[in-house]
Amino acid sequence: MNKHSDNHIVPYRLYIQVLAGLIVMTILSVAITKINLDTLTVFAAILLASIKSALVLTFFMHLKFDNKLLQILVISVFLLVALVLFITFLDYNFR
Amino acid sequence: MSTIHLHRDDEASKLGMWLFIFTELLLFAGLFIVYGVYRYLNPVAFHLAAEELSVTVGTVNTIILLVSSATIAMATTAIRLKNKQLTILLLLATLFLAFMFMTNKYFEWKGKFEHGIFPGSEDLLRLGHGDTLFFSLYFFMTGLHALHIIVGFVLISIVCYRVNNNSLTANNPVLLDNSGLYWHLVDLIWIFLFPLFYLIT
Repeated sequence: MNKHSDNHIVPYRLYIQVLAGLIVMTILSVAITKINLDTLTVFAAILLASIKSALVLTFFMHLKFDNKLLQILVISVFLLVALVLFITFLDYNFR
Repeated sequence: MSTIHLHRDDEASKLGMWLFIFTELLLFAGLFIVYGVYRYLNPVAFHLAAEELSVTVGTVNTIILLVSSATIAMATTAIRLKNKQLTILLLLATLFLAFMFMTNKYFEWKGKFEHGIFPGSEDLLRLGHGDTLFFSLYFFMTGLHALHIIVGFVLISIVCYRVNNNSLTANNPVLLDNSGLYWHLVDLIWIFLFPLFYLIT
């Protein structure tokens, strides 16, 4: 199993496609904030940033091709951090 | 040299790099919480102060970092395909893009300094509490991020040198992989810094 993940060579094309997706989402997030949507603007910007970081983690950082242990570890740590941030802001919004 | 058995565990090296990335994540998450809370307490000042930043410069720098992430990711493929020339070319492209990012950052900060906006400046103190907080966080967080860019630049330079003298090849690409992971982390942090400081106004 480990040998398999070590030997996996990601084709250049995939990186180019991911990059194109990331740039499109960057331009999209700039365009969205130009329209005034109040609190939705913040939500949309954070959502797009989260999708972008998921793409970076999955493809650029090779998680898709890594072993299960690392995948679970990274996903749980990132979720934990996101949860801590979310709960803090929730606390501040409703106190 | 060939008679000595070198013990190497690439999976462990990678895991170690990830553990380091987790600590970096916690460092920046703490700063994001500080930013979020102060923004909540000073909504008007943060709104007005954020409009001082140029969205164009921010967008250009975001795209520069995204492309540089793609080039170093492609370098990890190139080295496995034993294409030394392309690996070096892609690493040099990454270094060039990092340099471009820092150049933009330099002019952005220089512009702010010339307008009298820098930590502890009298103009900033006159603007009030909220603006001082916004710009202190702006300088601290983008400054810390820029420091990471410089570290990444040095790291990638070392990788480039070692690929060139054949001490880093398809047989031991782990240093390149880990430098790549570090560089993607720098990119990840910027993905969140950009909307927080430049877009949400």
